[in-house]
Amino acid sequence: MGGVSGATQAPRERDGARADFLLELRSEEIPARMQARARADLAALFAAELAKAGLEAGEIETFATPRRLALIARDLPLETAALAEEIKGPRTTAPAQAIEGFLRKTGLAREQLIERDGAWFARIERPGRRAADVLAEAIPAIIRAFPWPKSMRWGAASVSTESLRWVRPLQGIVAMLGEEVVPVEIAGVRSGAVTAGHRFHHPGPVTLGGARDYVEALRAARVVVDPEERARLIREGAAKAAAEAGLVLAGDEGLVAENAGLTEWPVALLGGFDPAFLDVPREVIQLTMRTNQKYFSCNDRSGDLAPAFVCIANIEATDGGAAIVEGNRKVLAARLADARFFWEQDLKVRLEEQAKKLSGIVFHEKLGTVADKVERVAKLARWLVEQGIVKPLPSRGGVGTGPVAAADGAPHIPHPPTPSPEGEGEAGRLADLAEHAARLAKADLVTGLVGEFPELQGIIGGHLARAQGEPAEVADAIRDHYKPVGHGDDVPTAPVTVAVSLADKLDTLTCFFGIDEKPTGSRDPFALRRAALGINSLTFRSDLRLSQISVLKEAVAQAPIFGPDSDSFTTFELIYGHGFSDGESRSDAELEDRRRIEQLADQVVAFIIDRLKVQQREAGVRHDLIDAVFALGEEDDLVRLLARVKALQAFVETKEGADLLAGYKRAANILKKEGWPPAAPAPQGGEGKEGRGGEGAAPSYPPEPEEAALIAALDAAEPRASAAVAAEDFAGAMSALATLRAPVDAFFDNVTVNDPDPAKREARLDLLLRIRDAVHRVADFSKIEG
Amino acid sequence: MASAPPSFQQLILTLHDYWSARGCLILQPYDMEMGAGTFHPATTLRALGPDPWNAAFVQPCRRPTDGRYGENPNRLQHYYQYQVVLKPSPPDLQELYLGSLEAIGIDFSAHDIRFVEDDWESPTLGAWGLGWEVWCDGMEVTQFTYFQQMGGFDCRPVAGELTYGLERLAMYIQARDNVYDLAFNDAGVTYGDVFLENEREMSTWNFELADTGRLFDLFRKAEAECRACLDAGLPIPAYEQAIKASHVFNLLNARGVVSVAERQAYIGRVRDLAKGACQSWMEKHGWAA
Repeated sequence: MGGVSGATQAPRERDGARADFLLELRSEEIPARMQARARADLAALFAAELAKAGLEAGEIETFATPRRLALIARDLPLETAALAEEIKGPRTTAPAQAIEGFLRKTGLAREQLIERDGAWFARIERPGRRAADVLAEAIPAIIRAFPWPKSMRWGAASVSTESLRWVRPLQGIVAMLGEEVVPVEIAGVRSGAVTAGHRFHHPGPVTLGGARDYVEALRAARVVVDPEERARLIREGAAKAAAEAGLVLAGDEGLVAENAGLTEWPVALLGGFDPAFLDVPREVIQLTMRTNQKYFSCNDRSGDLAPAFVCIANIEATDGGAAIVEGNRKVLAARLADARFFWEQDLKVRLEEQAKKLSGIVFHEKLGTVADKVERVAKLARWLVEQGIVKPLPSRGGVGTGPVAAADGAPHIPHPPTPSPEGEGEAGRLADLAEHAARLAKADLVTGLVGEFPELQGIIGGHLARAQGEPAEVADAIRDHYKPVGHGDDVPTAPVTVAVSLADKLDTLTCFFGIDEKPTGSRDPFALRRAALGINSLTFRSDLRLSQISVLKEAVAQAPIFGPDSDSFTTFELIYGHGFSDGESRSDAELEDRRRIEQLADQVVAFIIDRLKVQQREAGVRHDLIDAVFALGEEDDLVRLLARVKALQAFVETKEGADLLAGYKRAANILKKEGWPPAAPAPQGGEGKEGRGGEGAAPSYPPEPEEAALIAALDAAEPRASAAVAAEDFAGAMSALATLRAPVDAFFDNVTVNDPDPAKREARLDLLLRIRDAVHRVADFSKIEG
Repeated sequence: MASAPPSFQQLILTLHDYWSARGCLILQPYDMEMGAGTFHPATTLRALGPDPWNAAFVQPCRRPTDGRYGENPNRLQHYYQYQVVLKPSPPDLQELYLGSLEAIGIDFSAHDIRFVEDDWESPTLGAWGLGWEVWCDGMEVTQFTYFQQMGGFDCRPVAGELTYGLERLAMYIQARDNVYDLAFNDAGVTYGDVFLENEREMSTWNFELADTGRLFDLFRKAEAECRACLDAGLPIPAYEQAIKASHVFNLLNARGVVSVAERQAYIGRVRDLAKGACQSWMEKHGWAA
């Protein structure tokens, strides 16, 4: 696209005359973010209108600038094809009313009907239409139907709310088929051959010859209509401007596209700012430049942020851009001065002091303040370490690097955390650091800088912690504890960070589930799906071994969900004086509360598993197999669960696995049909249904050879499968199951289950039960689809 | 740019001349505290209904939380907006606007003017519109809005609203980095001479001194007074009380005594008052469908 010019391409030979069609819809400035989508919508709507009329164009190109949306359709036939169709009517012997009905329907007279094979046929001819007429109807239809994400009314016509809506006031329409104007009028705007050039470089009218000179005529009027070409000019121009100053542009395609949507004639200009501002965290500077000013940032040769920016102007200024650069420099300086003011203020207050103010910020009206949340997260982060779920990194022989040097050069932990009972040792230190980091993690929410730049929460806290002499692991944990945020974001691996991040997300999930604020459909205002995905990613990335259920029970026990009203945030711990996992239940009320907690933990685990299915879909892991393993009710360690699922998937996708699945389903169907095992009265002597067909129970009659073989196979496979599962050798468990495939098939082929002898029937039904139970040692095959 | 850039007061006079010549009534500021020129009844109420309305005026704006005790070169708790309202929005509104920039001395061959998407919404007025912030060399100098709704009513027809930030524009034209250094006139009086002490004292009062008990009381009284006016079918005094409540709420906010949870509730109460006044105005003129 772009740079297309010159004569119309030769029409295709097959049919009649063709011409290129140009449509330009000129308006006041279209938001940059809407332009790409608008081009696609214009092409789609246009193609649909053509198809409706039976017209077919060659290539369709679209263009967009801030002030115009345009389309060129190549090789449009000047006439639609004449259509002739034959419609079959009633038989010639049909009653008169049927024939009259057919005539009414087709609009023909009796003598125009054709008789063939004993039936009437109507032959209807539709003459071709002029493409110009088709287009004259299509253009208003396209404009009226255009799906702008936000549109508006304007001008005198807007006295009616039915007046035309467009993204911004529509100013002009160019519609030309070949060199002829297609006459159109909508909302007082009439089509013509005249458009406008660059707002300042070429304020006068630009008369077009048609599609053939559209791109070049506008280029001459200082408008580059192709957004990709503008993007290229910006990309290259910005890189060149930086390179000329000995700097390296920080590439940013989002910024390239945005600037391309803000300019018709992009010109890259380099400016600088006072290096004194570099004291401010670089993320703040970059964010200000990027989001507020749409500037590119630059690095020096060693990769450090340089005190420079590249802005994209929409004009070739008479002074070479000096005044523009100076104006932009001033705006940036004002913004950076404000940021530096906040940074300096924030540096003066220790994060511990800031954290105290969190008791004044409501986290959620039913869940207390942010300070309450911090308290819960700190406890849970420590607990995760003390339980050995989050461990020190073995390879680095510790929890990370030591404390950073404070400004005076001495290592310095400002307020050494209280040593834990098992004070010595890396795990003890890790627990202390995790708790300490959790207590500071949200403190930056009350800083001035985060007030100005909310999207830098965490990052600012990390910088402040470092500058205030906190240990590096603590500063990193504060910085990264919100991660991962969505797909593709970095997943932390530093143990302190993992503990805080995991605790924060577990707390969020359990608390909101506890007050029944679960995501529904597209509504997820508290980003609980993201929290669950984060828990999964952290777990897999660091290979964390934990029972989700027991961890969640711990989290729930600290969650403020027991308050009788929103003013009191009672927790399990506060009521009973001990956590969920320690202490004996002393009362019915406590037992009831434990039951509630267990229910809630089950719900949250199911939600996490649900997210796991979504997350693993891309990796090709089947959701039904996740269900099949999870349904056993014994697997809530995600790492083990996924390993088991993957082994299962490898197995069921083999022929042996598929056959065993078929055998299993056959057994399960028979059991269901026969109502086996029968609903017994209360099990006696401790022998439940599990015991019915248990190992070694020999039949009371001489078994058929296939029956005996199956019993032997089960006797061998059952302990093997169980042992393999216990050893987390899931491939081994699958191969144990695989040994059942042939005996199961042979059994079904040669042995009648429903034997007239009730003793044989019962024994064989029990045998089917054994097959099912043996398979269930690995996975609940009834959940497997297909 | 011309050799001697216009002073702050000359800037206002030039805009008055420009818009007066284009058919605008030149009104005076409304004599109540408000957060933006949009609150002036010549914008809010006149944007409703079918009658044409073209007006331009300066409106002092109060933003208590933006106070910086006179120590920040760009932020003020009291500043001026130049407001133009044109109903229905004329087809050449962008050209008219650019003409005003030329009139105050901006040279389009050396400066970069851009219309950058900025949708406007006022939760306290129940109003929204589409438009842009206008950039001059990267600095936002004007809010340009086509009102779509006001007080919950569709604008029929739509009004165009231009809001110039006068101090910013003057800092730009006069090439000053500090608002207090602006030339207020051509005789050596600066903006700081006029307003620096004002900013210091008002910041102290806004942030430290304003009696929150009395402010809460004032809010309730304004609310009650507004209701009484609405009951009496008097939209204009009702609207004034809505403006008063809105400003008192802004002061309470600056004193830091409105919690996040309460904030939404207060905004909702102000919106109810403003919408009530708009409703009453529409009914009184027979425009409410």
